[in-house]
Amino acid sequence: MLSTFNFRVITDYLPLFLQGLRATLWISAMAMSGAFMIGVPACICRLSRVRLLSAPAAAYIDVVRSTPLLVQLYFFYFGLPSLGLRLTEQHIGIMVLSLNSGAYIAEIIRAGILSVHPGQVDASIACGLNLFQRMRYIILPQAIGETIPPLLGQAVVLVKDSALLSLISVFELTRAGQIMASERFMPAEGFFTTAACYLLLYYILKSFSGWWRHRLAAQKAL
Amino acid sequence: MWTFYFERLIVSLPSFLNGIWVTVQISGLSLIGGTLMGLVTGILRTRDVKVLRGLITIYVDVVRGTPYLIQIFIFFFILPEWGLPLEAFGAAVASLTLYAGAHICEIVAGGIESVPRGQWEAARASGFNWLQQMRLVILPQALGSILPPLVGQYVLLIKNSSIVSVIGLMDVTRVGWLTVQRVPEGLMVFGLVGILYFCVCYPLIQLSRWFERRLTIRDTTL
Repeated sequence: MLSTFNFRVITDYLPLFLQGLRATLWISAMAMSGAFMIGVPACICRLSRVRLLSAPAAAYIDVVRSTPLLVQLYFFYFGLPSLGLRLTEQHIGIMVLSLNSGAYIAEIIRAGILSVHPGQVDASIACGLNLFQRMRYIILPQAIGETIPPLLGQAVVLVKDSALLSLISVFELTRAGQIMASERFMPAEGFFTTAACYLLLYYILKSFSGWWRHRLAAQKAL
Repeated sequence: MWTFYFERLIVSLPSFLNGIWVTVQISGLSLIGGTLMGLVTGILRTRDVKVLRGLITIYVDVVRGTPYLIQIFIFFFILPEWGLPLEAFGAAVASLTLYAGAHICEIVAGGIESVPRGQWEAARASGFNWLQQMRLVILPQALGSILPPLVGQYVLLIKNSSIVSVIGLMDVTRVGWLTVQRVPEGLMVFGLVGILYFCVCYPLIQLSRWFERRLTIRDTTL
């Protein structure tokens, strides 16, 4: 197995993988910020008591969570042209990843807000704070810390999900692996190098998440 | 024009039914396999055997740290080269089983660890052996924190089974992909595919929420 593994080829293709890594990071960062721009308003609408706001937000979240990302990707990739919209593959990919992660981020933030003890909310109402002040001074400062670890978890999922963009021929890490596998007929070298790159990103995010959890636990112990 | 496309879509109905059957088979088999795999590794991980713990941690990290797309590529393209010829179906079920197993392992281990230590000690003091402690005392209590995420994991598994379409398996996503080559109406075709997944996944998500409300044991009740 390992005796046939060709490490020389990997060094030849290293620039390609670095380029792919950069593209994956860029796509993930864009999609993550897009997801926040969708997820935060969706969460606020979901928590609203106005049904005209909460029902569409709930529907969006449920539909996204109940269908595969690949189907969502194909839906827009094959569907947008028939609506007369022409976007590049990369833009479609970032858009779909944002829409997908946005629904999960909305749920994460909602859970964070709901985790604030109701007594805190009552107390802040009793103090005469309005909704904006309650959010700003009482709820969000307590909720944000709690949401960081699951948000990092979502970032891990997003980075891994971005691999699917290679299926609509966006260049990123997985595509780099495929290119190497098909040019040199070496699937093992290509895909294991890709996997190693993803693992590296995973461990970075995981250790940061662990550090933050540790901090949260220490804060609570005080 | 729409009626024309609709007629062609009706023609491909039998292949859609076939696709659904393939999706059901693959998800069903790997659901059973993944649950068994996750249960065994999850329980073993909570035992104090360093080597076993280390091996299981590596398995879980590698699966959770890499995209499923890469995993299916490795199973389909590389394992045959290393003398383990897997048909597309076998590769799909094996990789999905390992994938689900890693996530379920985390869920099971987390659930077991959430049971207070005192329960173990009490069970041991009652003269139960390890198997009895597990079966009669620990697992019934852990179930409350295992079931909701477990059902959520099944949803993820069913959604991820759409990715096996890339190795040519005629599951429902692949049928959609082939249909869209003849009927260039991406919104309609993948809208339909999305609805099919939604019909299975949405009730499961509701079930998971229901479990969460019913079964989560709050430690404040004591």
